[in-house]
Amino acid sequence: MNEQRPNPDELLARLQSEEQQQARGKLKIFLGYAAGVGKTYAMLEAAHQRRMEGIDVLVGYVETHQRAETEALLAGLDVIARRRVEYHGITLEEMDVDAVLARQPQLAIVDELAHTNAPGSRHPKRYQDVEELLDAGIDVYSTLNIQHLESLNDVVSQITGIVVRETVPDRVLDEVTEIELIDLPPDELLNRLREGKVYVPEQAARAIEQFFRKGNLTALRELTMRRAAERVDDQMRTYMRTRSIPGPWAARERLLVCVTSHPLSERLVRAARRLADELNAPWTVLHVALSSDAHLPSAQRDQLARTMRLAEELGAKTVQRPGQSAAETVLNYARRHNITKIIIGKPVRPRWLDWVRGSAVDQLIRRSGPIDVYVISGSAGDPSQTPTRDWLPHHPYVRYLQSIGVVAAVTLFSNLFLPFISPVNLVMLYLAAVVFAAVYLGRGPSMLTAVLSVLAFDFFFVPPRFTFAVTDAEYILTFIGLFIVSVVISTLAVRAREQAEAAQDRETHTAALYAFSRELATAVNLDDIIGITMTHLSETFSRDIAILLSEGDQLVLSGHSPNTTLDANERAVATWAFEHGQPAGRGTDTLPAARVRYLPLKTSRGTLGVLGVQPHEDSQHLTAEQNRLMESFASQAALAIERARLADQAQKAQVQIETERLRNSLLSSVSHDLRTPLAAITGAASSLMDGEDSLDRAARQELAQTIYEEAARLNRLLRNLLDMTRLESGALRVNKEMQPLEEVIGAALSRLEDQLADRAVNIQLPYSLPFAPLDSVLIEQVLINLLENAIKYTPPGSPIDLTARQEEAWVVVEVADRGPGLPPGEEQRIFEKFYRARTPQNGSGVGLGLTICRGIVEAHGGQIWAENRSGGGASFRFKLPLEEKLIEAA
Amino acid sequence: MSESIEADQLVLIIEDEPQIRRFLRTTLTSHGYRWLEAVTAQEGLVQAATHNPALIILDLGLPDLDGLEVARRVREWSNVPIVVLSARGQELDKIAALDAGADDYLTKPFGVGELLARMRVALRHATSAAQASEPPLFEVGDLKVDLARRQVFVAGAEVHLTPIEYHLLKTLVQHAGKVVTQLQLLKEVWGPAYATESHYLRVYMSQLRRKIEVDPARPRYLFTEPGVGYRLKVE
Repeated sequence: MNEQRPNPDELLARLQSEEQQQARGKLKIFLGYAAGVGKTYAMLEAAHQRRMEGIDVLVGYVETHQRAETEALLAGLDVIARRRVEYHGITLEEMDVDAVLARQPQLAIVDELAHTNAPGSRHPKRYQDVEELLDAGIDVYSTLNIQHLESLNDVVSQITGIVVRETVPDRVLDEVTEIELIDLPPDELLNRLREGKVYVPEQAARAIEQFFRKGNLTALRELTMRRAAERVDDQMRTYMRTRSIPGPWAARERLLVCVTSHPLSERLVRAARRLADELNAPWTVLHVALSSDAHLPSAQRDQLARTMRLAEELGAKTVQRPGQSAAETVLNYARRHNITKIIIGKPVRPRWLDWVRGSAVDQLIRRSGPIDVYVISGSAGDPSQTPTRDWLPHHPYVRYLQSIGVVAAVTLFSNLFLPFISPVNLVMLYLAAVVFAAVYLGRGPSMLTAVLSVLAFDFFFVPPRFTFAVTDAEYILTFIGLFIVSVVISTLAVRAREQAEAAQDRETHTAALYAFSRELATAVNLDDIIGITMTHLSETFSRDIAILLSEGDQLVLSGHSPNTTLDANERAVATWAFEHGQPAGRGTDTLPAARVRYLPLKTSRGTLGVLGVQPHEDSQHLTAEQNRLMESFASQAALAIERARLADQAQKAQVQIETERLRNSLLSSVSHDLRTPLAAITGAASSLMDGEDSLDRAARQELAQTIYEEAARLNRLLRNLLDMTRLESGALRVNKEMQPLEEVIGAALSRLEDQLADRAVNIQLPYSLPFAPLDSVLIEQVLINLLENAIKYTPPGSPIDLTARQEEAWVVVEVADRGPGLPPGEEQRIFEKFYRARTPQNGSGVGLGLTICRGIVEAHGGQIWAENRSGGGASFRFKLPLEEKLIEAA
Repeated sequence: MSESIEADQLVLIIEDEPQIRRFLRTTLTSHGYRWLEAVTAQEGLVQAATHNPALIILDLGLPDLDGLEVARRVREWSNVPIVVLSARGQELDKIAALDAGADDYLTKPFGVGELLARMRVALRHATSAAQASEPPLFEVGDLKVDLARRQVFVAGAEVHLTPIEYHLLKTLVQHAGKVVTQLQLLKEVWGPAYATESHYLRVYMSQLRRKIEVDPARPRYLFTEPGVGYRLKVE
C-alpha cells in the first residue's frame, strides 16, 4: 500500500517542479537524428501556427542554410536582428539575447540548441541563452540533433566516427516540456541531400561521404526514437506515480560507478547513465581517494573534477571516499548502500603490473558476492589504476620484499656498467633506489633499502668483490655517506607523505561531517536520526556505537551496533557521563577502565543522552583530529535529537487536542441523541398525565405511540453505545460456532418485523450455502444494524435486497437498498466513528452502527465494505471466512 | 385482552427495580391477574413458598441472590412456571436460567404484548402438564402435527420427516410457544451423551426448516433465538 502511495516528498517535489514550470517558460524541442530531416522547417511551421493563434512569436535565431523552403517560411515572422561578433578578423553572427529579453515575446524561436556561441558571448553555449529566456518566462521552440546529446555523444562518435564537440547536457532534455520527434526515412533524407536541399551542393558530396552514410543514419534514427520513447516512458511513469497507479515498482536497482582520474572515466560515466536510464535506477559515481592521490598531478585532478562534474550533469550522485584499498572501499560503500550493480572500467595497464601488485578489478569481482560487477571496455575504470600507485594496502612484508627486489634490480643493473665506470659512481644508482623506496614504500622498507644498498654495494662491487671485506678505507666514507643520505631522504619523504595524508584526512573529516549533517537535516523522526547517527559514526570511525537517551531520569538504550552490549558497570559509566555532561570511560580521564567511551549529547538546553563508542578489537587509536571530529558528530546528533524531540512533543500535543476534540464530539453527540428521545417521552407522558379529560382516545393513543417509539430509539442508541464500548475495551468475545446463515438472517428479520412491515425484502439464499463459523448474536447485530441503516436512509416502502453466497473460502452477505446511495468518496468514511451521513432524514443515531459492524466483522476475521449500486442505492457487503470445517447442509 | 383460563391467577413478581414493579403491577391488574411483590430474592422465595403462586416473574439481577439461584431453589419443590427478565447481552445467563428450570425469558425492554404472551404460554403448559394430557393434534398456521399418528402436514400435504427430524419437531411441539435451549433439545432427541454436539442440532434444524417452512430465511413457525435456542410459534 505504502509503496503505491506517492510519498509526500515526491508529491512536494512534483508540486515544486510544477510551480517552477509555471513561472518558467516552456521549452519545446524538435528532435531529429541528422541535419536535413526538417526540424527547422517543422519548428517554423509550428511558429506560424502559434502566430495564427494570436501568440506573440519572435524569431531569435534561425539558420536556414540557404534552403529555399525554409527561408520562405521565415516570411511573416518577426525576426530579431542578429548580434555580430568580431573574432580573429571573422564576423560571427549570434542571437541577441538582450534584444529578445527586451522585446519579451510569448514565444521565441531559437534554432540549434547545441550551438556554441562565439567567444566573448555572455554564455558559452546557446542552450544557456535559452535557459535565460525560459527563466524570463518566455516559451522557446528549439531544434536539436541527437548526436549533440551529452550522454549519447560517444555512442554517436563510435557509430559515425565523427567526434561532435557541441553537446547539450541531458538535463536540458529531461526538463523539456515537450519533445516533437521529426523523422524522415534515411533514403528520403539522402535523396534530399543529393538534390541539394540540405546543404548547398558543393558541401553535399563531402557530407554524404563523411556522415550521411545510410548505416549511420539508420543507427542515429534508432537512437533518436529510442530516446524519445524513453522520454514518453518517463512521463507515463511520472503520471502513474503521481496518480498512485500501482505499477511494477519492483525492488530498485542501484548502480555504482567507480571512476578514477583517467580521461576514459568520462566514457564510463556516460555508459553508466545509459544503463541507469534503461533500468530506471538511481546511480552513484564513486571515486576512491587513495592516500597516494595526494601526489596526483594537477592535470589529473582537473580531469577527475571534470568527470565528477559530468556525472552530476548526467544526474548522478557523486561521492568521494578515502580508502586504503580501492576494491575494499568500493565494496564497503556498495554494501552499505544496497548497490546492486557495480560498473568499472577494464584496466588499461600492462598485465605484468597485475602480477606484481594484484589487480583491484580481480579483487572486486572475487569479493563482490551478490553484487553484479560490470567491466566496461576501453576505459580505465579500475579505481586503483592511477598514475601514482596504490601499494600501501599491501601488507608490510610485501613492501619489504619489494624493497629487496629494488636493491636486487639495481645490483643487476649496476653489474652491467661495472666494466665501464668506477664502482663509487654506482652509489648514485643505489641512492636512487633509496629515494624510490622512501617515496613509494614507506619508512621501514626505505630503511631496509638503505641498509641492503650499503651491503650489496660492499659485497658485489667494492673490491675485493663477493666479500664484505673492504680494502680501501675510502669506501667506509662512501658507506656512511650513502647510509646517512638514505636515512635523511626517507625521513623527509615519509614526513611529506604524512603531512599530505593529514591534509587529506582533514578534508575527509570535513566531508564526513558535512554528509552527516546533511543527512540529519532530512531525517524526520528520532528513529531516523538515531539510525543515521549510528551508520555515519560506525562508518567514519570503524567503531561500534551505542546511543542512550534520557527518558525521565533514566538512560534508555535507544540504538546500538549489533554486537554492543552494556552491562551494569558500563551503564554506570554512561550515567556518570550523562549526569556530569563530560566524556567518560575508555580513553578519558574518568573511569578509563570501561570498554566503551561515552560522550554526552549536549545542547544548550541540557544533556539529552550519551553516545557510546566502542573500538573493534583491531581498531586503531583515534588521532586527536578524529576525536575532535567525533565530538562534532556528537553535538550534531544532539541538536538533531533535540529537534526531533521538540517536534515529537508538538505532535503529542496535537494528538491530545485531537483526542479532546473527539471526546467533545462524542459527548455532544451522545447528549444530544439521548436527550431528544427523552424530551419526546417526557413531553408525551406529561401531556397524558395532565390531559386526562381533554385528550380524546386518538390523541392519547398517538402520545403513547410516541413514547413507545422514542423509547425504542433510546434503546437502540444505548445498545450501540454499549456495543461500541465493549468493542473498544476489547471485552467483545467472539463465540464462533458453525451456523447456517439462514437462522441468523431469519432472527434479524423477525427482530425488525415491525420496521420492515411496509417494505419488500428480497432474500436470495442458496440452499447450497455451507454453514459458517460465526457468533450468531454478533452477526445478527451486524445484520440488524445494516438493515436499520437501510430503513433509516431510504424512502419508506423502497425495497431491500438481502443476498448471501459463497465465494471461494468466504461467505459474502450483502444488504442493498434503492435509496439515495452513499455520498461519493465517503464509502470508507461511513465506517468511521461518529460519522453521520448528512441527509435531510431523521438524523437519529450517534454514527456508531457501521463502526460496530466493522468491529464485529473484523473480529471474525472478515471484511466489510460499502459501495453504490448500479441503478441507484447503496450496497453494504461483508464477508466471513469459512476456514473451519465446512458442514454441507443436506 | 384475554379473559380466559389464566385470569384471576396469582403472579409473584420478584424484581428490585420499583419502576418495573409498578409497570408490571399496572399491567397485571388491568389484565385480570392478582399479584404479589418481592424486592429481594430471599423475600421472593418466602413469598413463593407461602402463597404458592401460579406464575413467577423473576428478575435475574437481584441485589442479594442471583436470580438463577432463585429459579434453581424454587424448582427443588415446585413446578410453578417461571418467566425470567434479563438484559440483552446476557445470553449465557438466560441459557443457564432456562436450563435450571425457568420456562421462558424476556429481554428488557419488552412490551406488554410480549409479556402476556409468554405468561399465557407458560400457564397453559403448566395446566396441561398438571392434567397430564397432551393434545394429540397441534396446529398453527398451515402446519399440522398429529402426535398420535406421527404425521406432519404443511398446507394439507403430508411431509415426510426422518425419525430425528420428527423427534425434534415433537419436542418443540411439546414446548410450543416456549423457548427450548439447545441443551434441552440435544438431551431430549439425541440423549445426554450428545449434549455438546450442537452442530447436529443445527444441521437437523436446518433440514426440518426446509421441509416445513416456505422460506427458511423468513420462518413462520420455527424461530431461532440467537445464542439461546429455538421456539415454535403458537399464535
